Amino acid sequence: MTITSKLNRRSVLKGAAAGVAASTLPAPMIWAQNIQEITLRQFGTGVSNLNEVAQKVKEDLGFTLEMTALDSDSVTQRAATQPDSFDIADIEYWICKKVWPTGNLQPMDTSKIDNYDQIVGLFRSGKLTPETDIAQGTAPHTVGFVDGPDGTSFAAEETGWMTLVPTIYNADTLGIRPDLIARPINNWSELLNPEFNGKASILDISSIGIMDMAMVCESMGEISYGDKGNMTREEIDKTFAIFTEAKQNGQFRAFWKTFDESVNLMASGEVVIQSMWSPAITAVKSRGIPCVYQPLEEGYRSWGGGIGLSKSLSGMELDAAYDYINWYLSGWVGGFLMRQGYYSAVPTTSKEYMSDNEWGYWFEGKPASDVITSPFGDELAKAGDTRDGGDFYERMGRVACWNSVMDENQYMVRKWNEFIAA
Amino acid sequence: MTAETEVLSDSHPAERTERAPRRMSRHVVGWLLASPLTVILAAFLILPIITIVVVSFWGATEFSIYPAFQFDNYEFLFSSPVTYTVFLNTFKYAAITWVCTLLIGFTVAYFLAFHIRSLNWQIALFLLCTIPFWTSNIIRMISWIPFLGRNGIGNTALINAGIIDEPLEWLLYSDFAVILAFVHLYTLFMVVPIFNSMMRIDRSLLEAARDNGASGWQTLWNVVIPLCKPGIMIGTIFVITLVMGDFITVRFMSGSQSANVGRLISNDIGLLQYPSAAATAVVLLCTVLLVIAILMRFVDIRKEL
Repeated sequence: MTITSKLNRRSVLKGAAAGVAASTLPAPMIWAQNIQEITLRQFGTGVSNLNEVAQKVKEDLGFTLEMTALDSDSVTQRAATQPDSFDIADIEYWICKKVWPTGNLQPMDTSKIDNYDQIVGLFRSGKLTPETDIAQGTAPHTVGFVDGPDGTSFAAEETGWMTLVPTIYNADTLGIRPDLIARPINNWSELLNPEFNGKASILDISSIGIMDMAMVCESMGEISYGDKGNMTREEIDKTFAIFTEAKQNGQFRAFWKTFDESVNLMASGEVVIQSMWSPAITAVKSRGIPCVYQPLEEGYRSWGGGIGLSKSLSGMELDAAYDYINWYLSGWVGGFLMRQGYYSAVPTTSKEYMSDNEWGYWFEGKPASDVITSPFGDELAKAGDTRDGGDFYERMGRVACWNSVMDENQYMVRKWNEFIAA
Repeated sequence: MTAETEVLSDSHPAERTERAPRRMSRHVVGWLLASPLTVILAAFLILPIITIVVVSFWGATEFSIYPAFQFDNYEFLFSSPVTYTVFLNTFKYAAITWVCTLLIGFTVAYFLAFHIRSLNWQIALFLLCTIPFWTSNIIRMISWIPFLGRNGIGNTALINAGIIDEPLEWLLYSDFAVILAFVHLYTLFMVVPIFNSMMRIDRSLLEAARDNGASGWQTLWNVVIPLCKPGIMIGTIFVITLVMGDFITVRFMSGSQSANVGRLISNDIGLLQYPSAAATAVVLLCTVLLVIAILMRFVDIRKEL
């Protein structure tokens, strides 16, 4: 095991761990040699499948991580149908709800996860702080645990067997072009405001798009939902009726399916208000075009992703996968992701990999004391700027619903197809 | 191989006794020669289609498919108004694209075949037509987006020229954009077979028409077009099957706002509803075959080639 990176907390820990291993295991050298040859295949959505992470894994842990980035639908499809094509699935919690029953993933023993106790409450008890309410939809903790190593149904509370180890999450809202709108936007209902006829957009991924639609309909006062994350057929029908009418009136310029499409729609001025993801805002801004991730009164639609292990992982590969998970939560990746505007599952460790200015800006919602740059070198904010939406607790505490899969999913999908064809 | 064995047996009289059984085995040889293609077609064409047909009767849950023999998928397909809208839309795209590609393709082929006299120029200009095809389909399609956009090159040029005051919204993310992309992508498939047919026309026929006092239009209508029929038909089949099977052009150029059958299938696949996707695919396949069968009634391609 060659230590090429500079001496930091991690390599000290690793040295200590190697020392312990050397004293207890009969042949630690074999492990050290073979780890170079291990390759773990990870796939997931583009947000966290970054080459920088793979490079750092090679440096810090010694094994090779192969990354494949796909869109949400393809990720679901692959996790459900091709269990042998991956070792590590980097998926969202709602995808987990869909995929877990296939038995293609194995639960993880939380006692092997070093920083388990430090993971944010949202992913364990479901509560960010003891006072916050649990939002509607597929909240991560509801699909985060199973009964045992062979558990197939989700457990209601922490059991010691996790389905996904949380890695990344954020609160989503609408993106706007303040230069082209020139007035305050405070509600989700603005998406269907006739003022923006032909200049609005929504994403064409049914399971997420329907949630944005629900936020809009609720904000308009047209529908009050029992649970936006699990609608009844009647609620689904009403929601689509409102949006189909808007579509036929020419409200939407286009629908987008990939990250890049959303960036291009916004940057080119084809669209001035749309559902958007946080790094897409960043990408628009880094082209020098003003773009705001607008916090809205009704709250956020939130999502969370985590790492799951393939059922077929065993032996040394499985150990390597646990190493990878522990490394993931130990701070470097967290810092890397937080400097793009996401949140890490263990913010306390990420803090060590961020400057005070960055931590203050991204996590605490304070004005930047200096220029804020992304890990890729783009300037994101100037000194004095503050993040849209405030600090971590302000943002994540105002989640109205989580991305989800409904009981009536199939019905909803058919309705979605009708909506697209309408 | 057969020729070789014959030569061998002629030059070696001792082997003549074996000749009769070898002649018998010629049928076998024929079958053997045809078998590689048969095997490939069976494995990579017939088998997958059978699989699709079989799966179209299966059932699906949220994340898995299970073998069954049920008509649910077809029942849903034929009872849903979306299906009819979407098929109608697909036919609309196919028909309009066909008319445009035929007009442009025929004109280009006519120019190449009859107005360019030197063979070298013909080859050079023909190659020029194929240059856009050196890049990928998707790039050619996407390159229209910055051109047609609200603040795109097209609108900016029109505004600067004083032709319009407001940007034209319908240029991008509309049926117009979809058809424009289709025509751009597929016109060459019309040009090539028509050009090929035209090159085979005996030039003395044109002279004879002229000598008999036919006008240019009459020659075109009564001589050139009838003789180009096979080329037109082959081009038509290309264009119609390509347009009817497409999904990505419609998605990008309509900004996901319109649907055709291909998108219906791709949505189903994305949502793991394979049986439903298979059923739609079977219906689409039958529709396209039917269209081609009808086209074949007009021209007997086998005979004309």
